Amino acid sequence: MSNDSTKKTITVALGVCLVCSILVSTAAVSLKSIQDRNKELDKLKNILSAGDLYHDGVDINAVYAERIQPELIDLETGLIIPETDFTKKLNPAKFDIKAMAKDPEFSKEIPSELDKGDIGRMPTKMAIYKVMDGNDVSRYILPMYGKGLWSTMYGFMALHTDITTIMGFTFYEHGETPGLGGEVDNPRWKRLWIGKQAFDMDGNIQITVVKGIVDPMSEEADYQVDGLSGSTLTTRGVDNLVKFWLGDTGYGTWFSRIKEQQITQSNLLEGGDL
Amino acid sequence: MSSLKKIIINPIFNENPIVFQILGICSALAVTSKLETSIVMSLAVIFVLSLSNLAVSLIRNHIPSSVRIIVEMTIIASLVIIADQLIKAFAYDISKQLSVYVGLIITNCIIMGRAEAFALKNPPLQSFMDGIGNGLGYTVILLTVGFFRELIGSGKVLGMTVLQLNTDGGWYIPNGLFLLPPSAFFLIGLIIWALRTWKPEQIEEE
Repeated sequence: MSNDSTKKTITVALGVCLVCSILVSTAAVSLKSIQDRNKELDKLKNILSAGDLYHDGVDINAVYAERIQPELIDLETGLIIPETDFTKKLNPAKFDIKAMAKDPEFSKEIPSELDKGDIGRMPTKMAIYKVMDGNDVSRYILPMYGKGLWSTMYGFMALHTDITTIMGFTFYEHGETPGLGGEVDNPRWKRLWIGKQAFDMDGNIQITVVKGIVDPMSEEADYQVDGLSGSTLTTRGVDNLVKFWLGDTGYGTWFSRIKEQQITQSNLLEGGDL
Repeated sequence: MSSLKKIIINPIFNENPIVFQILGICSALAVTSKLETSIVMSLAVIFVLSLSNLAVSLIRNHIPSSVRIIVEMTIIASLVIIADQLIKAFAYDISKQLSVYVGLIITNCIIMGRAEAFALKNPPLQSFMDGIGNGLGYTVILLTVGFFRELIGSGKVLGMTVLQLNTDGGWYIPNGLFLLPPSAFFLIGLIIWALRTWKPEQIEEE
């Protein structure tokens, strides 16, 4: 049979496709569990690193189990969703921010005038992570994301329980230019965020990523972070997404709940003293 | 020199795929900002290139000429997906840095070029060795470029600080240009110059 006969052509094409598809699907299926574990571990690692709990060589799962308590909140009402309402999808342990933002049941479109982070849709429920010191919460780790120059950047911000002091900031996924905008995941730059104040005394969002270097003598220095040189647009993206998530459409409602709670609690304590 | 050995050694300096055949330049620009990614990319290319050459060579007498390219592409694409899956499973951090470039090995001209130019005409063992040889040729250039780009661009080698940066209290002011893809052009150009000075027979006739 000649190689160029129709029959031979079809046979070879089918044969090659069959063998290749078997190989590809075998690889994909058999490696899936390892890949999923990698992704999960990577996310935990980033939660820990936002909470300043990650160092080379720590047992990520153990530290996570010991120090982190995830919680599911409703961004619109600011209320904590009780464990009894958890479903397969709605579960802080399995929370997948990308899938949730697309899921019509758990997400909403953001009106364009409010959409500072340029993300289009956002989840209405969000998994946040509390860092525990014994029985007390020492800080909150909040997922945040928004558009940079090329890509959507996904990260975590750690906030002190005073809901204004930033305790850490990290991006775990982005596609910005390596060496320029990609420096958003540079540990040195991330360290600049620690200790900055997100809000001023009146509760307005003040934190800003400036162009160039922050003047340490300036009154505003507590609210400003150095921009990354050579990456104006990525920097602007970070600035926007931080403002968006700290604002009313983002975690704002939940922030006010937390503050109310803290006031009631401290009133109770004072009442006890009398 | 035995012929098998020659098949492996020849593409490293004499007929290097990047600097002599000028193939696969695109990925040589994209992934070489760090040495680590260059190494993983090179391993992936060696893996794909040797196995695709082997597979194409095994069925070379049965490939109908009308669908020749498509059959080769199918084999190459499948191998690339497998390589990508393996990297995602066993070198997750690096896979995040390489992102789309592993997938783009499919369009790396070296692989298609070797399948067409060598594997279709030669027996399996030679073709496999040719794949390894060309993969090593690619590797040599990638590692050289990756080494210099990481060193000059960020003062590091394999992530370890060699030149203390001025921002970390050292003396070295990094050259940011070397983190950008165009710098690889300069380096590859210099390598071509050096190689052709050493081996003048590579210079094309005017």
